[in-house]
Amino acid sequence: MKTLWELYSAWFRMGMFTFGGGYAMLPMIQKEVIEKHHWATEDEIMDYYAIGQVTPGIIAVNTATFVGYDVAGIPGGIIATLGVISPSLVIIMIIAGLISNFSELAAVQHALKGIQVAVCVLMFTAVIGLYRKGVKNVPSFIIFAVAFVCSYFLNISTVLLVIIAGAAGYALSVMKQKKGGNNA
Amino acid sequence: MKTFLLMCLEFFKTGLFAVGGGLATIPFLKEISAKYGWYSLDMLTTMIAVSESTPGPIGVNMSTYVGFEMFGIPGGILATLSLVAPSVIIICAVAKALKQFKDNPIVQGVFSGLRPAVCGFILSAVVSIFLMALFHVDAFKASGAITDLFNWKAIILFAALYAFSQWQKKLHPIVIIIIAAAAGVVFGF
Repeated sequence: MKTLWELYSAWFRMGMFTFGGGYAMLPMIQKEVIEKHHWATEDEIMDYYAIGQVTPGIIAVNTATFVGYDVAGIPGGIIATLGVISPSLVIIMIIAGLISNFSELAAVQHALKGIQVAVCVLMFTAVIGLYRKGVKNVPSFIIFAVAFVCSYFLNISTVLLVIIAGAAGYALSVMKQKKGGNNA
Repeated sequence: MKTFLLMCLEFFKTGLFAVGGGLATIPFLKEISAKYGWYSLDMLTTMIAVSESTPGPIGVNMSTYVGFEMFGIPGGILATLSLVAPSVIIICAVAKALKQFKDNPIVQGVFSGLRPAVCGFILSAVVSIFLMALFHVDAFKASGAITDLFNWKAIILFAALYAFSQWQKKLHPIVIIIIAAAAGVVFGF
């Protein structure tokens, strides 16, 4: 019961302070899920993101369901998801019901521009950490660089890139095993 | 009642077929607007603007907004639950399978390729938001003057916040978000 409450409240906080899409949630996930509650490792979060890219639904929601399921089974998956969507439900309905020109208010626009800068700082720190942990040899650097160029400059579908990267990872691991077998 | 169920079904379909981020839901919402006329494209534009300027995943914000506009509070809640229901079912199934095959060498090989790729995708998102938040790319293109390229206020805030976050490493990201929002209002970003 305590775990379910912790899942709900942690994902509520993450939903409440994430502006934008699934990747912008990464710094919050690192703090709450990895450092504070030890519900997942950095590698596991990367795996969930990759799966979230090729499965239907919103990535932030998929990641919440994944972590929740891992911690407390199906109830955990449901509770974590409810946690991450709760702030949206409350905030959007208040704004839709009461403030007709919310996104045009000067204070809102100024605050959002400031928040964008904060997201830059947090994402910058997060991506450096991930790079140091995840890109350790030449093959993984090549996959990293190709994925970046293809998604940023060439706008190639992420689903396709995930499939190619997965196949490349598999091929590399088979080659490595063969090499290990020959040496032994 | 019939429209209410139809709305839930349409959001369930959106959740089932929109692969990727929250922005992937927008084409589906346009289609729903054209098919049923429940809301106009003008309203959809407002809803996108509000969803982008409030916390939370954009897709979740959008579904809450549309559902609320149609059927009040029950509409907002049910539209969002319908949107996330397919994810919850699919991801629970995938998570269960992954738990069983986690130590399988094939699965491990596949993920060893996926992790650096995800790092690349995230870098691509970081570059996009850097260009949007710290530079005036459009003003630079219009005038050609290199001094127009930099959003100095934002760059100074970036440097200050980065130094602060490196000094106070235990700080919760929420604190950085709140400081930056306050700075944005106070200095008129």
